[in-house]
Amino acid sequence: MSDYSSDENDDYVLYKNRPEWSDITPLAQDDNEEPIVAIDYTENFKDCYDYFRAIVQKKEISERALELTQTAANLNPANYTVWQYRRDILKGLDKDLHEELEFVEKIILKQSKNYQVWHHRKVLVEWLKDPSKEKYLTEHVLSKDAKNYHAWQHRQWVIKTFKLYDGELDYVDLLLKDDIRNNSAWNQRYFVINNTTGFTEEVLRQEIEYTLSRIREITENESAWNYLRGLLLHDKAGLSNNTTVKAFVEELYESNNRSPFLLAIIVDMCLEQVGAGGGDSNYSAKRAVELCKDLMEKFDTVRANYWQHMLDSIGSESGEGTSGN
Amino acid sequence: MATIIKDITLQENIPQNILFEKHIDFIKEYGQKENNFEYAMTDYLRISGMYWGLTALELMNASPPHTIEEISDYIKHCQDPESGGISSCLNHDPHILHTLSAVQILCMYDNLKAIDVEGVVKYVKNLQLPNGSFTGDKWGEVDTRFSFCAVATLSLLNRMDAIDVNKAVDFVASCKNFDGGFGSRPLSESHAGLIYCCLGFLSVTNRLDIVDRDKLAWWLCERQLPSGGLNGRPEKLPDVCYSWWVLSSLTILGKLHCIDANALKKFILACQDTESGGFADRPGDIPDPFHTVFGISALSLLGNDTVQKVNPTYCMPQHVIDRLQLKPQILDN
Repeated sequence: MSDYSSDENDDYVLYKNRPEWSDITPLAQDDNEEPIVAIDYTENFKDCYDYFRAIVQKKEISERALELTQTAANLNPANYTVWQYRRDILKGLDKDLHEELEFVEKIILKQSKNYQVWHHRKVLVEWLKDPSKEKYLTEHVLSKDAKNYHAWQHRQWVIKTFKLYDGELDYVDLLLKDDIRNNSAWNQRYFVINNTTGFTEEVLRQEIEYTLSRIREITENESAWNYLRGLLLHDKAGLSNNTTVKAFVEELYESNNRSPFLLAIIVDMCLEQVGAGGGDSNYSAKRAVELCKDLMEKFDTVRANYWQHMLDSIGSESGEGTSGN
Repeated sequence: MATIIKDITLQENIPQNILFEKHIDFIKEYGQKENNFEYAMTDYLRISGMYWGLTALELMNASPPHTIEEISDYIKHCQDPESGGISSCLNHDPHILHTLSAVQILCMYDNLKAIDVEGVVKYVKNLQLPNGSFTGDKWGEVDTRFSFCAVATLSLLNRMDAIDVNKAVDFVASCKNFDGGFGSRPLSESHAGLIYCCLGFLSVTNRLDIVDRDKLAWWLCERQLPSGGLNGRPEKLPDVCYSWWVLSSLTILGKLHCIDANALKKFILACQDTESGGFADRPGDIPDPFHTVFGISALSLLGNDTVQKVNPTYCMPQHVIDRLQLKPQILDN
């Protein structure tokens, strides 16, 4: 590793003052003859990138170039050209990629919302065919931001590519115990089941039980209700015919719960039943209309326009029903 | 039974209108100040930055800070003669994000002749994988953002014939989730920004039939918070850029009327920096061109007639899309 690895280091030496770089002429940023933008860099940044441009131009593959890309990546991890060039050097010098994993891990932990660092990590794992550190790394990142999209994407890629589904539902469970509204965790639950057992009748029954008990804990939880609706996509009978769900929903409503998500699912159950010819009289257009009004006026006023739109569409559909045929 | 909602509280004395003069100065001066370290740090997204700034100026009926020749010449020098792709700035590698931004800028100024158009077509075509998806560059990151960039670029060049559109649609369709939304890859979490990319893609390819329209419209409406602002996923804070991504999506679905437009307008106007100009992600934060163009575009979609009409699919002035005779699919109310 470099003696000059941190730009916060007081001993940091500019590249122009390093004897081993004296043979290189730095290449300043050239924004064309008529500069469209005048740029003033901090000294470290300008110095490092002027040398970086110079080595890219002469296509130098060397230890010092590798060290330079490390400084450049630390100064600006979002610069994708630096990472690409660094990979050329790693290949060219046949470097120990495990060391590189450690390097990029440090940057990921500091810059976890950056596409380039995660992509670099992915390429290294592909080259090494070694996913053994990835679950730990993503867990570390998710422990600080449980919804980090990059971390989830990387984790899904690793799990799918190397078939590492074992234990993943337990991990999801852990995250949901910490924050039951974590939409990323609910999504991961779907990802795991979809790619392993699939939504068989038995799995569906268990998942519905699980989800209903989570909803019982906190009923105003968009993610859990959406997951329940996702499960019911796999129920051939549809949204409104699952006896467990129906019993749960009615019991909750009877207990005077008015979570907008509860009311919304009953609206959709009504519309499904009406659309199918009204098999269950408990789920009528009239009930849907009343619930939409309640949502609009009392329980989901932020979305009043949406519920008005729903009311209008129920009205026009039942209007068509009476005037048609 | 109060539920804690992740949101912000708007302050009093929110500006009633768009602060045009301030925003125009902000965009024109951005990056031209002494010691603008942030600008140097963002050379990896320069061309996209130009697209944000120049589009914002055009929507505000302001002229660009440079001549069209200067702008075109800069873009021309960013085109890689070998691959045909366009990079973020000189000495960088080409990427599909900047290729689209460059084509958008040149279409706006009716100056596509500045670049090798066939080179761009070849570049985009070569990024398509056998499963229909697109990578962003030669290194192979796959994401539905790049599917959108590919078809937006090719449709602006009137060269959709260059790719396998059916397979491209299959890939985007495979990224549709159980909640009606879309993610970056199959079974990745739904995210408003990626939903915009997928709906934009389906709008360009005229394949909105694969969308669960009502379900998705509800999910998008759920993004509105009591402050009026919109978030990008459940339990996240509101942000002006999602005003664009959610609103353009609802517009494409023909469901714009489902949102509380007045509350959202108030939120967006509150994100203006009344001193320096520009829009920030949230009131009081530091403004930038990215949030500025999306704030102005969102206000345009909401019917503000002091700015130009914006096209929801391309995020470009509507008069440009009309001139190119493009008719991206938009569903009726």
